[in-house]
Amino acid sequence: MLSPSRLHIPRAPARPGEAPDFSYLQLSAAGAVPRPEITVNASEVTGLATQLVRVLDNTHQAVGAWHPHLDPAELQIGLRHMLLTRLFDERMQKTQRQGRISFYVKCTGEEAVSVAAAMALEPHDMLFPAYRNQGLQMVRGQPLVALMNQLLSNTGDMCKGRQLPVMYHSSAARLFSISGNLATQFPQAVGWAMAAAIKGEEHIAASWIGEGSSAAADFHHALLFASTYRAPVILNVVNNQWAISTFQGCAAGDSPSFAARGPGYGIPGLRVDGNDFLAVYAVTRWAAERARKGHGATLIELVTYRASAHSTSDDPARYRPRDEAERWPLGDPIERLKAHLCVLGEWSEPRHTALLEELEAQVTVAWKEACIFGTLSEGPRLDPALMFDDVYQHLPPHLAEQREQLRAARAAQGKG
Amino acid sequence: MPNKNIRDAINETLKLEMRRDPRVVVFGEDVVGGLGGSSGIEEAAGGTFGITTGLAAEFGRRRVLDMPITESAIIGMAGGAALTGLRPVAELMFIDFIGVCFDQILNQIAKFRYMFGGKADVPLVIRTMIGAGMGTGPQHSQALYNVLAHVPGIKVVLPSNAYDAKGLLTTAIRDNDPVIFCEHKAIYTESCEVPDESYAIPFGQAAITRTGKDVTVVALSRMVLLANAVADRLAKEGISVEVLDPRTISPLDTASILASVAKTGRLVVVDECNPFCSVASEITSLVACEALSSLKSAPVKVTAPHTPVPATPHLEQLYVPSPAAIEKAIRATLAG
Ligand SMILES: Cc1ncc(C[n+]2csc(CCOP(=O)(O)OP(=O)(O)O)c2C)c(N)n1
Repeated sequence: MLSPSRLHIPRAPARPGEAPDFSYLQLSAAGAVPRPEITVNASEVTGLATQLVRVLDNTHQAVGAWHPHLDPAELQIGLRHMLLTRLFDERMQKTQRQGRISFYVKCTGEEAVSVAAAMALEPHDMLFPAYRNQGLQMVRGQPLVALMNQLLSNTGDMCKGRQLPVMYHSSAARLFSISGNLATQFPQAVGWAMAAAIKGEEHIAASWIGEGSSAAADFHHALLFASTYRAPVILNVVNNQWAISTFQGCAAGDSPSFAARGPGYGIPGLRVDGNDFLAVYAVTRWAAERARKGHGATLIELVTYRASAHSTSDDPARYRPRDEAERWPLGDPIERLKAHLCVLGEWSEPRHTALLEELEAQVTVAWKEACIFGTLSEGPRLDPALMFDDVYQHLPPHLAEQREQLRAARAAQGKG
Repeated sequence: MPNKNIRDAINETLKLEMRRDPRVVVFGEDVVGGLGGSSGIEEAAGGTFGITTGLAAEFGRRRVLDMPITESAIIGMAGGAALTGLRPVAELMFIDFIGVCFDQILNQIAKFRYMFGGKADVPLVIRTMIGAGMGTGPQHSQALYNVLAHVPGIKVVLPSNAYDAKGLLTTAIRDNDPVIFCEHKAIYTESCEVPDESYAIPFGQAAITRTGKDVTVVALSRMVLLANAVADRLAKEGISVEVLDPRTISPLDTASILASVAKTGRLVVVDECNPFCSVASEITSLVACEALSSLKSAPVKVTAPHTPVPATPHLEQLYVPSPAAIEKAIRATLAG
């Protein structure tokens, strides 16, 4: 007897008005997951794609084979970068609410994902961020004023007023330009890594993508190329559980994890607690060494939670329980690193407060300076002629003519 | 008659068509919203711009599907589903994302009927958001409808008001050819009188939004609003401007354009796209080829410059055709 075929329509574990439910999350105890040799084949470590690498235990001690044994001074730097990222986010969100910038994207709760990874890499490694990786910008020392100028689209804007706020870049800091269209950075990072290998350079590339965006074909092409050529690249999926209003299971399908996409392509997939600074650092180091020594790419799934709205144009209360963030079982990355440092005797509440004050002041000073370059309503403005530059290397005659028409039209109105 | 804005008119049309025909389904990213909790329909997000609010609640999650973020698959599977007789309305959040699904549109959906020897209907609508004016920069502000209008086999619709949005979307959903329905993101809240019941506006029929005798202004999408405002202002000076909104650019109502130019003898085309190989060029070439003798002066095209769209509002404002530029063009045709 034939029966009608069926469709499975995935359901978010909880929607507004329901109790948050994270029972779908597979967790491992801190220290429980083995650390293989970097030479390992993907097929030998498929278990790593469903377990969860964790270093910090419930008593805030670092345990297990993945413990990276970092100097406390390094950990303090990590804490500083994460705090700066969070304060910067909060302040920029506020300025957006005041109408001083048009748009902003926070990464609250996901700071370790970017900060620990960037610290685990070498300054010359090339980074291909998504739009929620501002921690990379912080670790690479992008001046706050430069970031703010981009957000303000002002006369100091590295993008010359052309890109959406948060689409930063810096060739000096080796941070690739962020794209508004998702997933494109993944094949580009693989291409960069292959080019580095073709040219005989020692640098590797790393890229980040949201779990929602990992549905895009670019993600899959990138994995295939990274596998075929054993490209020296680290491919990170930031699984923060939500892609705007769509829960992670939509992009995962029936796969047990995003890391599990790796072995299918012949790439080891590591699933890691993205809110555990030490664990993120350790797996990134492992993947970097593997890439540098010619053993190829690694796919890392960072399990974390988007504690903030998708962007300043989004209201998550419309699609997920209001108290979901508080119930997130992997805690807050800043609180966890702070607690670990305190347990080590390398940190204290007074030091924390002092650091917060110092960083707040740093953000305030930078904002004042950035405003001198112009805001949406005041100060100097970008020269409209800039609109015609950089479309091509050399300004073609038709654009020269259009630029002149615009100048003449503005002059006729008594502007410019 | 009640006033409705474009967003609500589209939402209402989707509901009416889904009630009328169980084969109509909605596919896209974030189209379901927060449904499922005790939140009620009101709180359901229903699309990032709220266009699909309430659909999943009324029609169930089999007919309103949130999909993974991969437009090539969304559009490709919607094309496949359309061939089976379903009538999908697939949402491409921003037309800029056409880059990743263009092969399905260009080489498949547009050509199915032709390549299959006429044996297949392709009742697919792709709703998408176009245009500048919201500071969304080079990758989220393009208009690009000219690129689609260039492809034989698909129809391209550009509603400029809520009344037309409803009537044209109805036609699009009932049409057996693939239709790209281009919603301008900066005019969703523009409202006008819209009947509650369903009605269809045929494709290929322009609307004259202002009647005049001195100059014809053909304007597209949001540019119709600007052209209307300029026409009203110039009327006070005694300049009589006829504004023509083609409403669909593929098919294009060439007869109405030619008839209007035959009357006025002057043509201005206002098009937010880049000028090279644009609909503005198509319409001026139409008039040059078919109605040269009725022209009293050279046609003028008012378009964006041939550059990407800048993000910062100050530059974006200069980028998009302005009322001042439209007025200047009208005066130029009158002087010539
Ligand atoms: C090609 C493309 N499709 C859709 C979008 C619209 N969009 C922007 S962000 C987003 C959600 C991405 O979610 P995820 O990848 O999980 O990253 P997160 O925002 O959670 O960090 C969507 C659908 C886009 N920018 N580009």
